[in-house]
Amino acid sequence: MYRYDEFDERFVHERVAQFRRQVKRRIGGELTEDQFRPLRLMNGLYLQLHAYMLRINVPYGTLSSKQMRKFAFIARNYDKNFGHFTTRQNIQYNWIKLEETPDILQHLADVEVTGIQSSGNCVRNITADQYAGRALDELADPRVYCELLRQYSFLHPEFSYLPRKFKIAVTGSPNDRAAVAVHDIGMRMHKNEQGELGFEVLVGGGLGRTPYIGQTIRKWLAPEHLLSYVEAILRVYNMQGRRDNINKARIKIIVNQMGIDKFRELVDKEWELTKDGALKVPDEEVARINAYFAPPQYETLADETASLAKLRAGDKVFDRWMRGNVIEHKVPGYAIVNVSLKAAGKAPGDITADQMDAVADLADRYSMGEIRVSHRQNLVLVDVKQAEIHELYRALVALELATPNLGLLTDIICCPGLDFCGLANARSIPIAQDISRAFTDLDELQKIGQFTINISGCMNACGHHHVGHIGILGVDKRNEEFFQLTLGGSSDQHASLGDRLGPGLPQAEVPTAIRKIVDKYLVVREHGERFLDTYRRVGLEPFKSAVYGAESQAA
Amino acid sequence: MGPGRLSMPQMIIANRLRDGAVVFLAPGEGWELAIAAGTVIESGEEATRLFAVAKRHESECRVIDPTLIDVEIKDGTPRPTAIREAIRAFGPTVRTDLTEV
Repeated sequence: MYRYDEFDERFVHERVAQFRRQVKRRIGGELTEDQFRPLRLMNGLYLQLHAYMLRINVPYGTLSSKQMRKFAFIARNYDKNFGHFTTRQNIQYNWIKLEETPDILQHLADVEVTGIQSSGNCVRNITADQYAGRALDELADPRVYCELLRQYSFLHPEFSYLPRKFKIAVTGSPNDRAAVAVHDIGMRMHKNEQGELGFEVLVGGGLGRTPYIGQTIRKWLAPEHLLSYVEAILRVYNMQGRRDNINKARIKIIVNQMGIDKFRELVDKEWELTKDGALKVPDEEVARINAYFAPPQYETLADETASLAKLRAGDKVFDRWMRGNVIEHKVPGYAIVNVSLKAAGKAPGDITADQMDAVADLADRYSMGEIRVSHRQNLVLVDVKQAEIHELYRALVALELATPNLGLLTDIICCPGLDFCGLANARSIPIAQDISRAFTDLDELQKIGQFTINISGCMNACGHHHVGHIGILGVDKRNEEFFQLTLGGSSDQHASLGDRLGPGLPQAEVPTAIRKIVDKYLVVREHGERFLDTYRRVGLEPFKSAVYGAESQAA
Repeated sequence: MGPGRLSMPQMIIANRLRDGAVVFLAPGEGWELAIAAGTVIESGEEATRLFAVAKRHESECRVIDPTLIDVEIKDGTPRPTAIREAIRAFGPTVRTDLTEV
């Protein structure tokens, strides 16, 4: 894992001391809320419905067990015993006190994490494939480049006051698990015709009020030009982005209004000025950062196929968990284990302080002390010996962290919604809970197959509803919560935005509607099709009829 | 705020500066955590006067963003009419084991 250097460490501690003085001045009456708000937001502190909310970055979703224990400590001592992992691989605490925040940030700085740039119009936490460095299908570990970008964009004076926030995601695998197409900049590592590794660069993707799938601005970019090219994009955005209308301020609006060709032209013109200058990434720097992400010392092991097959044959639930939650590792004898934060009836992404401590202990015992956070709000232990998988599974079962639903219908993405968030129009967590309680039959979940449901409590789309196979958006209609369904969204390498199914439904009708959609899919699907494949083949109409019946025919 | 009786009773809700807790302006110009302890405002004049008090408290760094909200009285207890404010008043509807306010 990347470790702070002397500069990082000193700076982050100085920043905590500075914020402590700012909080003191605010409480003492020297600063108004208007003056203080930007200062607290720069440190990740929001004011939500019930209290302050603190968002802490988990760079590219990689955590140490020590950091996870500190998260547990914060949850236990400064919050209500739980935290919430987000779709940007961060953690949020919902019940933070302003006067305690400097102490919290001090504790976090001690383990090299911060809330800096987790809010505001700057480059936010750079996200990555949660299996980075371990996945069998990966070309290279994207975290090296995420870290380069993090260091480059951290407190960059030119990009601290962008027109709006800016999100970057990188995948090193052709199978996109980082949703790069719905980021301001998305990067896919791939090889050019000469067999050289580089990036396809996408720009202008994003969800929210005006969703867009990112467009390819450059088919192949050499890694040495990563920083200069990103800078050229940021510079064009900084100059061209709208600051007069917050709803039109993201880069996606500029890219789509001007067209990708014109935008590319501007970026290339800017890039020409800098591409061979100081921002050219030296190989030695890549090698230096790469060393932090060097794979651990693996033992020479054989795959445990036979012994695991025997255990799986004797335990149907374990078999299902193995099938979905355990992913092939690039090193023989090891496996990647997903820790589901989607138990039936629980809030997706939530985890208690005790569970955090327990996961940290399990990471130390079974996975070389490292934990990952996925943008789908689960945790991952990336270096588990296959011989110890069953033991780990039993420990996870005892913690209610072994729901065998990864990638299945109840592996729901869900924002905090109106239960916590000051921006939300409707509650999203109760919808997720209702759906997860309506689909508890593991045989049925297996039969339905790969399926994503993404729920947002407002059009800001923190729950990525546009790119769920089923998306659910909460809206407020005359002080009543309604939920609009979209079908056919996807955030993978074939990303698409969902199509609106029809009029919004009241909360009580949502699980029934999901049931009707699933039933229709099971009837019309052809052999081997996922829901998404079936939807793309048959379109909206059969599902619309299933949910709205004769009404939709009449309409 | 116009004079005379309000069409619906009101209360003043805010977040306390030091901890962000949701509070209600109460008799004696204090702020209470429990909505039941807050002042229910019946007239436009009273709303104007108390809102000025709340804004003064905001400038004195006691509370943030005081707001007049409509409430209805059910079984003698005030309840905000807007879902958002009801959730602020009574806490999240989920994780009630952990999040009781």
